[in-house]
Amino acid sequence: MMEEDINEAHEAGEEMVSSSEGKKRRAIVPGEIIVTGEDFLPGDGARREGDNVVASRFGLAEEAGRIIKVIAVTGSFIPRRNNVILGRVIDVTFNGWLIDIDYASSSFLPLMESPRFVNKSEMDQFLGIGDIVAAKIWSVKSKGIDLTLKGKGLGKMEGGMVFHISPNRVPRVIGREGSMINLIKDKTGCDITVGQNGWIWVRGENVDSEIKARQAVELVADKVHTEGLTEQVEEWFAKK
Amino acid sequence: MALKRIDGRKANELRKITAKVGIIPNADGSAMFSFGNTVAIAAVYGPRMLHPQHMQNPATGILRCNYDLLSFSVHDRKRPGPSRRSQEISKVTEWALLPVLDLKEFPNTVVDVQIYILQADASTRTAGINAASMALAHAGIPMKNLVCSVSIGKLDKDLVIDVNKAEEDFKDGEGATDMAIAKIANSNKFTLMQLDGKVQPEVIADMLKMANKACEEIYKIQEKALKAVLE
Repeated sequence: MMEEDINEAHEAGEEMVSSSEGKKRRAIVPGEIIVTGEDFLPGDGARREGDNVVASRFGLAEEAGRIIKVIAVTGSFIPRRNNVILGRVIDVTFNGWLIDIDYASSSFLPLMESPRFVNKSEMDQFLGIGDIVAAKIWSVKSKGIDLTLKGKGLGKMEGGMVFHISPNRVPRVIGREGSMINLIKDKTGCDITVGQNGWIWVRGENVDSEIKARQAVELVADKVHTEGLTEQVEEWFAKK
Repeated sequence: MALKRIDGRKANELRKITAKVGIIPNADGSAMFSFGNTVAIAAVYGPRMLHPQHMQNPATGILRCNYDLLSFSVHDRKRPGPSRRSQEISKVTEWALLPVLDLKEFPNTVVDVQIYILQADASTRTAGINAASMALAHAGIPMKNLVCSVSIGKLDKDLVIDVNKAEEDFKDGEGATDMAIAKIANSNKFTLMQLDGKVQPEVIADMLKMANKACEEIYKIQEKALKAVLE
């Protein structure tokens, strides 16, 4: 049931996976010249300065045809439309919920965006303060972020536990086409939802399996830059 | 120059520099930078929600720096907490870093930079600025360039680079003068010049020239430390 949203989350984060086919990537610091020449266009995280395309942020520079962009690899979560995130309800207002998603501006989940009809007088029975919710980012504006619950796998997360990893490690934890997260799900028998903001929810038969899943996820998050990670995780499970 | 420096360095020789990025797991970005016995760590948090609300700027995000000498960083225990000195250094650090930052994407928010001096042997604000510059880059904040910082001293009549505590207290001849300098890397734009002591106006140009050279070295070390976290 969670499969769908994992794949969606994966697609949104795919461009951040560090090993990709045939594209040149190299580490770059802000202000560094990436390429020289009029043939190139600055994309995300890059700008033009005279003849040069210069990095505006720290990360990996990538040439995709004529477009030069810098991919973020460190730092805080930057929300994008269609990201699936996990958040905590911090307030119930008359027409929706305020959700904490680890971002500077507040995010709002309107009542109208709940998947089924919720009576205004019984909103806190659907989502109360402190509840964990999986939602999709509907829009990102300077005033704030709007969320929606319409979509597969979205909604209140009941039971289980939530922990945090660096949001930049999320693509690795999900893996190509969700391979890594599916492996961890198979081996532990847990339901897992990964938010693009680095919040991870696990629910298993018992606490032991949840802890095992959490350890596996943290292992993957720690070893973010090593090759053959899937084999390593399989080995780790075999030892357990 | 006949000058013998107390620790045997050449006039244009920096102390041993070490730099490391990503030292504080809970921060969005962090770095350590040291000139010899001067050790500074910096942590960057944000962009995050800014309170009190009246400080919020709807046009851009703001930068908030906090510099602090830890109580064990100096020989006589420093009374912990903010002081007139630390407030001033926090403010000039903020001004030294702000010209390279672009926080327009994050209106109404704040980027917090915490700088702690673990060991002080003079030039602490410059070490702090170098660490903060790396930490900001590590936090993924949009930046025009890195900031490099170094102190230039004048011992009697000789210019020296990167003064330590013993040189700061130099008493002979014209005495000791030092100037903390910060500049935008690979450019001729200076973001901090803080003179402590007396100096002939015509000497300042020489001081800046020396700073330029030292900053090139510092930039290379900062660049290397940042790239090391991606490998």
